[in-house]
Amino acid sequence: MIGGLFIYNHKGEVLISRVYRDDIGRNAVDAFRVNVIHARQQVRSPVTNIARTSFFHVKRSNIWLAAVTKQNVNAAMVFEFLYKMCDVMTAYFGKISEENIKNNFVLIYELLDEILDFGYPQNSETGALKTFITQQGIKGQTKEEQSQITSQVTGQIGWRREGIKYRRNELFLDVLESVNLLMSPQGQVLSAHVSGRVVMKSYLSGMPECKFGMNDKIVIDKQGKGITTDETAKSSGKQSIAIDDCTFHQCVRLSKFDSERSISFIPPDGEYELMRYRTTKDIILPFRVIPLVREVGRTKLEVKVVIKSNFKPSLLAQKIEVRIPTPLNTSGVQVICMKGKAKYKASENAIVWKIKRMAGMKESQISAEIELLPTNDKKKWARPPISMNFEVPFAPSGLKVRYLKVFESKLNYSDHDVIKWVRYIGRSGIYETRC
Amino acid sequence: MENRQFGSKMTDSKYFTTTKKGEIFELKAELNSDKKEKKKEAVKKVIASMTVGKDVSALFPDVVNCMQTDNLELKKLVYLYLMNYAKSQPDMAIMAVNTFVKDCEDANPLIRALAVRTMGCIRVDKITEYLCEPLRKCLKDEDPYVRKTAAVCVAKLHDINAQLVEDQGFLDTLKDLISDSNPMVVANAVAALSEIAESHPNSNLLDLNPQTINKLLTALNECTEWGQIFILDCLANYTPRDDRESQSICERVTPRLSHANSAVVLSAVKVLMKFMEMLPKDLDYYGTLLKKLAPPLVTLLSAEPELQYVALRNINLIVQRRPEILKHEMKVFFVKYNDPIYVKLEKLDIMIRLASQANIAQVLAELKEYSTEVDVDFVRKAVRAIGRCAIKVEQSAERCVSTLLDLIQTKVNYVVQEAIVVIKDIFRKYPNKYESVIATLCENLDSLDEPEARAAMIWIVGEYAERIDNADELLESFLEGFHDESTQVQLQLLTAIVKLFLKKPTETQELVQQVLSLATQDSDNPDLRDRGYIYWRLLSTDPVAAKEVVLAEKPLISEETDLIEPTLLEELICHIGTLASVYHKPPSAFVEGSRGVQHKRISGNAVSGESVESPDNGSAAGVTEAPPAVIQSHGDLLGDLLNLDLTPPTTTGPPPPSSSGMQMGAMDLLGGGLDSLMGDESEPPSIPLRTDTPSPQLPHQSPSPPDYSPTELGGDLGGNPAMGAGFGGPPAVMPASFNAPVGGGLDDLFDLGSGVGMPMGAFNPPKTVWLPAMKAKGLEISGTFVRRAGVIQMEMNLTNKAMSVMTDFAIQFNRNSFGLASAGPLQILTPLSPNQSIEAALPLSTVGPIMKMEPLNNLQVAVKNNIDVFYFSCQYPISMLFVEDGKMERQVFLATWKDIPNENESQFQIKDCHLNSDAASNKLQSSNIFTIAKRTVEGQDMLYQSMKLTNGIWVLAELRVQAGNPNYTISLKCRAPEVNQCVFQNYESVLKN
Repeated sequence: MIGGLFIYNHKGEVLISRVYRDDIGRNAVDAFRVNVIHARQQVRSPVTNIARTSFFHVKRSNIWLAAVTKQNVNAAMVFEFLYKMCDVMTAYFGKISEENIKNNFVLIYELLDEILDFGYPQNSETGALKTFITQQGIKGQTKEEQSQITSQVTGQIGWRREGIKYRRNELFLDVLESVNLLMSPQGQVLSAHVSGRVVMKSYLSGMPECKFGMNDKIVIDKQGKGITTDETAKSSGKQSIAIDDCTFHQCVRLSKFDSERSISFIPPDGEYELMRYRTTKDIILPFRVIPLVREVGRTKLEVKVVIKSNFKPSLLAQKIEVRIPTPLNTSGVQVICMKGKAKYKASENAIVWKIKRMAGMKESQISAEIELLPTNDKKKWARPPISMNFEVPFAPSGLKVRYLKVFESKLNYSDHDVIKWVRYIGRSGIYETRC
Repeated sequence: MENRQFGSKMTDSKYFTTTKKGEIFELKAELNSDKKEKKKEAVKKVIASMTVGKDVSALFPDVVNCMQTDNLELKKLVYLYLMNYAKSQPDMAIMAVNTFVKDCEDANPLIRALAVRTMGCIRVDKITEYLCEPLRKCLKDEDPYVRKTAAVCVAKLHDINAQLVEDQGFLDTLKDLISDSNPMVVANAVAALSEIAESHPNSNLLDLNPQTINKLLTALNECTEWGQIFILDCLANYTPRDDRESQSICERVTPRLSHANSAVVLSAVKVLMKFMEMLPKDLDYYGTLLKKLAPPLVTLLSAEPELQYVALRNINLIVQRRPEILKHEMKVFFVKYNDPIYVKLEKLDIMIRLASQANIAQVLAELKEYSTEVDVDFVRKAVRAIGRCAIKVEQSAERCVSTLLDLIQTKVNYVVQEAIVVIKDIFRKYPNKYESVIATLCENLDSLDEPEARAAMIWIVGEYAERIDNADELLESFLEGFHDESTQVQLQLLTAIVKLFLKKPTETQELVQQVLSLATQDSDNPDLRDRGYIYWRLLSTDPVAAKEVVLAEKPLISEETDLIEPTLLEELICHIGTLASVYHKPPSAFVEGSRGVQHKRISGNAVSGESVESPDNGSAAGVTEAPPAVIQSHGDLLGDLLNLDLTPPTTTGPPPPSSSGMQMGAMDLLGGGLDSLMGDESEPPSIPLRTDTPSPQLPHQSPSPPDYSPTELGGDLGGNPAMGAGFGGPPAVMPASFNAPVGGGLDDLFDLGSGVGMPMGAFNPPKTVWLPAMKAKGLEISGTFVRRAGVIQMEMNLTNKAMSVMTDFAIQFNRNSFGLASAGPLQILTPLSPNQSIEAALPLSTVGPIMKMEPLNNLQVAVKNNIDVFYFSCQYPISMLFVEDGKMERQVFLATWKDIPNENESQFQIKDCHLNSDAASNKLQSSNIFTIAKRTVEGQDMLYQSMKLTNGIWVLAELRVQAGNPNYTISLKCRAPEVNQCVFQNYESVLKN
């Protein structure tokens, strides 16, 4: 199991050091600083073995977190734990920075004592932790409160406490998708997938039992089987989407999903991520990038890029940004674009073209002349891909929320009384076209 | 007070800044202050100093004084301090005990848990004594939070004092907690038990039976994500009784594949991969399961980069074990421009593994793209990958070659060099197909500065010398700096020039002479010198034979590369998700001490096998029982074996079968060059070219150019009668320019002093003629080998059938597989007159130079007398090398048998042998083949035998003798399986005589 956990600033000074196992000595702290933080080259592996001690490290802005062990631990678990630790810290004091860590070091030690016992991760749900790790002591709690805390921390529903009350029962569903694309210069899709998340904000009283439904092909086909008419099958088939894989928050009853493919759960209070999913079929690619790069002699490049929007004309895409990489020996750039603003950013070695809004089924173009300094560097320019950022108000995977039903038998509100909101946002993930 | 938290937020960092001289003194005063606030501030300062590594142990008594408080925050801070310093101040730590004991009785469950948790972390003997009573209470506490904390505390205590935990009966209480009503208590109990069980492989601590498994599976649905990981990791150690149980567990584990936590997913994959082995392949469910595994594995690739890396390392294993799972998912392994380098390199690895005819076009397009990237390692690997594709998928070869040519045109130095190395392999795989590109390659000669690339280029020039007009100029240009080249290049250059000479003898005589003298006279490298001499001698005696040898047709190279050795792969599959799967090494390779020495195995079909062997050197634990070999059956042979020995041993056994020791023995025999045989995971492009030839100096991971190493040439020298005759004859065939240095070369090999007298020895029956008189100018040698009281002797009969007197005898052996060498000079004191015969006994040692021979027990001998030098080769029975202490302990035998991979096992039939098993056993014993155990099953006797070679290699045998059946079956297992054949022959000859 995890033998110790260290947090360093970018200089390699240790900010937090908590050792859980005897086999980890103080010299481990220095070994990591010398061999990883102060190493000249970039990180070649997130797991480093120094003198039979393994260091798992992640970096958040300028801060290094390192979990140390001498045993054959579950590596995936250690990284999941480190991410979780970051989440917990962020939930307690915001951004992970040297200042925030120093300001909260007592709190961090207290958290580390609670969520790692002898190197074994324990309950790490912020909601539960906040009920008793407060930095204000537990004084004033009644006996009932105390046992409620402990049963919640260890119980089956560790993510929600009892007795939550809202005057207005309300929930928000955000379907957030990031669409990823790798396209060849000829316009062939090399790989494309959507990774989506359903984020829920729930403000519901009591212990509500929820059921979530979407246009999952498997479910729709199953229901379609009951009705024999071809038409309904066809129409429903069109609207349904094939989900390659999905994962759920721990509140979802996985065995029920496995057997019936129904998503039922008691939600945590407030905001959390209900599910993640991945699709690769029938993705709507909101934009198409058509690049044209011509080398004119050794000192000049001509670049022309056309972007086409590919969705309903009534919808508007926002925050569009096209990033066209330029060679390192660029000396000057002249840009002409039909729409938006384009700028050559020397520090980023790229032409950045920004368009605030663009409707569907439109097209726009940029052309640039890049002057190059002559070099004797034999190595050819690697031509990194042209990347794009955007935001569209629909789900590129085609996912639709069909329902979210809420049942709370003990309290006097029904599914109809709950106010529900659904929103779809499609964003670019890694959206690249090679040129 | 409401704003306290806010207040502390603003000020905590100040504790890091005080670094005054009298700091400790000031802190002391503050700690003893009456004001609670001030006290707390002071403790915080102390903790801050502790964090940055300052020694604040001097404040121990003052800090402990602050412990008695109602303020939980202060209490926690003091506890933190205690955990760090108690060990250095054990006497003071005792001061804290009372408070702990009191806190364990507190009404607040959070405080009870805190106390027991902290107490477990204080590793002071005196404190642990006091811990027992509170711990016992807490294990049965009404509050689940306290129980789950107490469960982990048992593991802590066990780490400090294992005996105490056993004596106090905590292990039983812990086992009871597996049936607890609270899922988190169950999960922590499982985690604690798993850890304790690891250091106690013999105890049946984690008594996994269908009932407990059922409990675990129920808890799995209810506990936290971390608890699910503990439970799944524990489940993976269970061996289901039959395929139905296996299937039902799989069915209950599959829902975990949809968990948001990647570690839960990977642990579930581990359980499924392992249990799947037991399912019949024709079962529908088997297919369903295979399909279910792919999507979650792909999903792992959208996790954060560090987790992606862990996932990719594991997918690499999974793809090797079950390629069908991900064969359609090539695209997801395409490298993204912004992937961290460690993700890129791993993806590339998997892409090569998944490459097939169906997807090769896409893969190639990608690889070409990658080879223009920035990172040098990545680009090199991409270029190599293109070569691998060509070799793996024949249809793509042409496209690969043209892609490589494009890359060579870029003139980027390391790309060109890498491309040339892989093109050489392509030439090997598809001879006479792509040689048209040679001209392009030759243009880049000057830019090659890496030995591997230079060697590859030289090989190409030599191999195709007849098609390259200026091959001699090219090679000559390399020759100028011969002594500055690395050995790899030197050897290659030598061979290439000899090839060139054989192809274009007229214009290259000078060149070949130059290189031969450089290699033999001006070099200190024995390999280079040996190779030089052998070529020289070959060329000078029989150029036709030389041509046959040097320009012989080369065997094909294999397509699969750097596969993990199957036994290791099996073990690693059982460690999916863990560090072992990330390092691709067994836990024993990186975990110290006894922990993690467990070797896990995938259970075979229908019957299972899980071996738990562990040389327990538990220091703190003080447990010193010998490791029991609790091995469950694995196939019938092993099953039978194991029934012999299921009772745990009572003695403290001898040192366990140090597998590393045996490995070393094997290495010795194989002389380094054969490492590749042993399946070590070598650098990327290891093509096992010819498993038997790589000469020790060539780095084995590189597909070394396919030339004969001295070994084989030597073999031919002795073995080929035509050659022998050639040697005997006058040096008429020797090219004129060659005569001078030959003599010197021979002297070098035979710089023995002349023989001195010889005592008459006893006669030894079956001598065979090794050197017939007609081949040795009248000297006939017959002989045999004997082993007496641990001394190996070569007994010879020398007969003079010539007309003149023979004197000045001397003998020398060529390097051989087991390092046999004469332990003294050949004692022939009197001259040997015509028609006289003399006997000589030569004691042998096994400390001579080593080189693998073919066959293994071949010995090449040179005998010199006043007339000439003669060569012959003979084979010695391998039993000469069986040492007297070759009897293995039964335990060790069991463990070793299990430990040696199955592919190292060979089975033979010994026909027409009419001994009963006891007689056979006695007979074999006289040859130092020891019977360790005997077992009779259904009229068939099984003898388990061991023998040890002089170089430390153990050979294990199972001999099956059926009454009334003259045919025996013998199975041999050895870490160096190439000895099996010899050992079998030896069995045959011993048993039949």
